[in-house]
Amino acid sequence: MALQENPVTIRLKSVKNVIIVLSGKGGVGKSSVSTQLALNLYASSPIARVGILDVDLTGPSIPRMLGVDGHGVHQSSDGWVPVYADGPEARLACMSVGFLLKNKGDSVVWRGPKKNGMIRQFLTDVRWGELDYLVIDTPPGTSDEHLSLLEHMALMHSRLSAVIVTTPQAVALMDAMKCLSFTRAVNLPILGMIENMSGYVCPCCGEVSNVFSTGGGEEMARKEGLRFLGSLPVDTELVTLLDAADLEKSAAVSDVQSFGLLQRYTATPSAELFKNIRTRMLEELDVLNTVTEGRVGIVMK
Amino acid sequence: MKQNADIKPPLFEDDKLPILFERPEMVEDQSTAVPDPRLVPENAPEHCPGTESELAGKADACNGCPNQEICASNQPKAPDTSLPFITERMTTVKRKILVLSGKGGVGKSTFTAQLAWAFAADEQTQTGIMDVDICGPSIPTILGIANEQVHASASGWSPVYVQDNLAVMSVGFMLPSSKNAVMWRGPKKNGLISQFLKDVDWGYLDYLVVDTPPGTSDEHLSIVQYLKDSGIDGAVVITTPQEVALQDVRREIDFCKKVGIRVLGLVENMSGFVCPSCKTESQIFKPTTGGAKKLAADMGIEMLGAVPLDPRIGKSADYGVSFLDEYPDSPASTAYLDIIDRIKEILEDI
Repeated sequence: MALQENPVTIRLKSVKNVIIVLSGKGGVGKSSVSTQLALNLYASSPIARVGILDVDLTGPSIPRMLGVDGHGVHQSSDGWVPVYADGPEARLACMSVGFLLKNKGDSVVWRGPKKNGMIRQFLTDVRWGELDYLVIDTPPGTSDEHLSLLEHMALMHSRLSAVIVTTPQAVALMDAMKCLSFTRAVNLPILGMIENMSGYVCPCCGEVSNVFSTGGGEEMARKEGLRFLGSLPVDTELVTLLDAADLEKSAAVSDVQSFGLLQRYTATPSAELFKNIRTRMLEELDVLNTVTEGRVGIVMK
Repeated sequence: MKQNADIKPPLFEDDKLPILFERPEMVEDQSTAVPDPRLVPENAPEHCPGTESELAGKADACNGCPNQEICASNQPKAPDTSLPFITERMTTVKRKILVLSGKGGVGKSTFTAQLAWAFAADEQTQTGIMDVDICGPSIPTILGIANEQVHASASGWSPVYVQDNLAVMSVGFMLPSSKNAVMWRGPKKNGLISQFLKDVDWGYLDYLVVDTPPGTSDEHLSIVQYLKDSGIDGAVVITTPQEVALQDVRREIDFCKKVGIRVLGLVENMSGFVCPSCKTESQIFKPTTGGAKKLAADMGIEMLGAVPLDPRIGKSADYGVSFLDEYPDSPASTAYLDIIDRIKEILEDI
């Protein structure tokens, strides 16, 4: 059987796995989870190649979190060159509409068709190269960006999977449920759920407060038959690190050899917890890929 | 389970809202109306340059598109046929306020609910809430009316009443279950927003508070466009203290300037957390770049106030009760009320 091809599959031929980070609700930490996921996958092996694509077009946060705010995208004969967050090692490629804006305060006021066009360009025009994992950070909701993304990548469906991020409170879980209904409607396999902002440790007395309640994500995963990948408490060190990544970069830029952000990230309490999340997620991904190979065979090639 | 690669995901079998498009008054409206040139047809080609584009109707991709003629005619775009109806309906609405934030999860819906509850605390004040977050409607849950439904009457759709003087409209009331996802692209969302404005029997309102989704896209453009003739009194912008949120909020304020909406002021939410055990205040979301205060100063807008993070706020939202009524003496309530009083003051001066 001849494989169907389109510009997206041709461009993304050398991308092994695409992991889409979803959540119905905004502000639950999709971007922070995407960033951590990318960093963890990057650290999982000295040769792992990871890409991170930010399709939140009206609120791109990935550049700031990776400390590459203000970088520009260059055009090459083979397409747009992504920004490499790890400098010359070039194993962590990043693309976001944030790199295309002149000023950081500029708003991107676009309706659906324009957003759709931008996403298609991200998928067809960026020189991603060989990637083991492409992590895609999405905006909240189940609308244009999500539909466009899945539509454009429909022919490489067997390489797609998703992770759902939620916070523990009922209002967020309701949106997470909508998000799950969406993935079921479009047949997108879920690797599991992550509960974020699950508790906050008082820096003064060590008392754990459940600022947004707790356990809701695990409960929902159990009810819906999803793997619960783990919960992450509010980690102020991480918040500060991802928030101010580029402030300290000027100091770190002198020793380009070391990927400063990764080093500082490894020192946060979240990094340790996230390792387990990564392990569980990769287990699920393995299972999924084995099943897929058995069923569709050649598509994986 | 993965599906076979050559079967396209059923992306467009999303019409899970039969009630919406079966209502007779709406069907009639849709069929007699001239096609709206600004709406991209459902079956627009993949490479549609966009109806606002200079290439509209002329690009290669436009061949065969049902909308091509309208796009290519290049006559000044006909005004949206629903605009006069919206303006008519809105004549009995005195103040229209948007609650905005570039970022998600900063507390827009919670603030909207508190603001409306506070307005409606005066029995003489008629208040309405319109939830234009189509994909993630939280307003019904936060107000404790998640299981209510919208009814059609001769004068339009009746909103759901939380109390005699507080009317609410949200897509959440139209879904068979809260689990249903609304997988709609822009044009459909815009269509529903227009209907919320023209088909809902709002009656006389002193305040209409509009809760929006995060971002600066279809919903925001539509609400501004639809209310252009009726006039929007202003927008309250919500943020949290960390730079990642402020970045998005800067964009939202830029949007307000671009489309000419007055920013009433900025509210900093989740600003500091008081440990219930040792009463020490700590910053969960550190204002690494000066927080909302600096942003307000930089952009020349008013800082309305800061609301501390109180776990009971989120819990009240989950249970659908008013935090202001439940915990009137908490520091967060005081902060909320000061902000709301200030908003009222500003609105009286307009």
